[in-house]
Amino acid sequence: MSEIETISVSKEAIIKPENLVYSPPKTLLDIPMHYCPGCGHSTTHKIFMEVVEEMGIKNEIIGVTPVGCSVFAYYYLNVDMQQAAHGRACAVATGIKRVLPDKYVFTYQGDGDFAAIGTSESIHAANRGENFLVIFINNGIYGMTSGQMAPTTLPGMISTTSPYGRDVKTQGHPFKITEVIATLPGSAYVTRQSVHTTANVRKAKKALRKALEIQKMNIGFQLVEIVSNCPSNWRMTPLESNKFVEEQMIPFYPLGDIKVPEVK
Amino acid sequence: MGEIKLMKGNEALAEAMMRAGCDAYFGYPITPQSEVLEYLSREAPFKSKMVVLQAESELGAINMIYGASGCGKRVMTTSSSPGISLMQEGLSYIASAQLPCLVVNINRGGPGLGTIQPSQADYMQAVKGGGHGDYHLIVLAPYSVQEMVDFIKLGFELGEKYRNPVMILADGAIGQMMEKVELFDFIEKKEEAPEWATTGRKPGKDRVYITSLFIQPETMENVNKILQAKYREIEKNEVRFQVINLDDAEYVLTGYGLGARICMKAMELGREKGYKIGLIRPINLYPFPYKIYSEIATKIKGILDVEMNAGQMVEDVRLAVEGKTPVRFYGRMGGMIPTPEEILENFEKFFIYGDKDERNRND
Repeated sequence: MSEIETISVSKEAIIKPENLVYSPPKTLLDIPMHYCPGCGHSTTHKIFMEVVEEMGIKNEIIGVTPVGCSVFAYYYLNVDMQQAAHGRACAVATGIKRVLPDKYVFTYQGDGDFAAIGTSESIHAANRGENFLVIFINNGIYGMTSGQMAPTTLPGMISTTSPYGRDVKTQGHPFKITEVIATLPGSAYVTRQSVHTTANVRKAKKALRKALEIQKMNIGFQLVEIVSNCPSNWRMTPLESNKFVEEQMIPFYPLGDIKVPEVK
Repeated sequence: MGEIKLMKGNEALAEAMMRAGCDAYFGYPITPQSEVLEYLSREAPFKSKMVVLQAESELGAINMIYGASGCGKRVMTTSSSPGISLMQEGLSYIASAQLPCLVVNINRGGPGLGTIQPSQADYMQAVKGGGHGDYHLIVLAPYSVQEMVDFIKLGFELGEKYRNPVMILADGAIGQMMEKVELFDFIEKKEEAPEWATTGRKPGKDRVYITSLFIQPETMENVNKILQAKYREIEKNEVRFQVINLDDAEYVLTGYGLGARICMKAMELGREKGYKIGLIRPINLYPFPYKIYSEIATKIKGILDVEMNAGQMVEDVRLAVEGKTPVRFYGRMGGMIPTPEEILENFEKFFIYGDKDERNRND
């Protein structure tokens, strides 16, 4: 116990670049995020910006944010960004990529944006084989408007507009848009990942990198779905919400690659 | 002198687009303007480097415009009334984010799915904003195929000067009719993107982002103040109108686009009968030429406003004259076009013989 007291190394002496085992990517702005504690958005932001930094493409990439919780993503992602109308991110990204085909382009969209109000824009961009990446965050709920039913809300799942649980007879079925997009000839890479455990975070990061590498090959639309959580609107603690992802969401939305291009 | 051709309005417009250095066109078929997308799909691969893309909907098209304009490119779309209604969401975002673009409305009869015949019933939508929030499009109203061509160039220039969406408000007749046009030569424009464009971060500079979201009301109010200051500047600099025979006029016929063109013939017929009729044709519908109406109001006996709608621009004419002279309205609706004879007949009813019909009175 007295050992601790005898160590007299100053803080400044410890914080040196060679001693660093971790630092956030510089492509992520160092400001407090508005996301709730435990939310998968911040993790996804970070790993994607790590990929951008590791690939050395921060000056070559343009992003599009949606309407939803990640509407403010451009506050944090330190790259050129455009903020789109609700659901229209894939149309905006089409406009960007068509006039700047040599740049990397991505959209970052939630389930309401990508799979409800924006379904037409999403599916047609994929079907045209637009060469950009969609990072699709599926947490089965409308977060920003505080907990209404989403196109991906599970059967029986409670939300403020399905207070007795989603009744598929009157409120329709959860929409597996990722599987739909995988059937389209225009999509090149379609995968479903999650960020609820460290191992999954690593896999998701690899998928994001793979998507951008496929974008460089110009062979079609890339979709990385991230099955995520919403502790606040699921009325759970962050740990409980991760358990819900594991036990309820993933059995319905199984993880893994759905479509991978044959690469020589 | 430029190349002279006999061309259909919509095709002349498409040809002018390529010549004006348009970088990208995103559109969706709708009568009576589908020739634009058809002409570009056919001609652009050989005459231009521009992107031509048939979008999945007008919603898709206008948001592609948002994205491509945000990259600092010269972009445009065309549509007709129901399609333009779908684009209102995007136009509001584009106006708020201060992105330049050119949108053409080949106005057809409405409301609803309406008819494919020419109409001017989208005046209010075009000049008063159209979508949600306080904003304006700069609106140009061609009355000939030649002006369809000339306003493409002017429209791009105005949009880029003020970083504001510009609309050419024509109608089905101007789009479909053939006339002799003089085409301007292909323009060489500078390739460098403006500072505000998202083209990937420039080394040593801050990243840029384009948004219409300003969640703090204080910030949102300031953005509105910036927009309003810009509109005052536009109102000061960009008023355009044409006057004919105002010097000795006792009466004024007024209208825009095709309506004005028919009024020109009605004016001739009236002058043959000895009526001293002049004409005012607003060329910009926003900003509106209030001053010319206000100035002439005390010197004349009345104004007859003619439109292919139920009476929309007439509200601006009445605002301009402030009750100093009687303003009467004659219009046809739902895709019907008034003849010069019926305009003159109504002119005589209102101003020469007098009328007892209260529906026609506002003075």
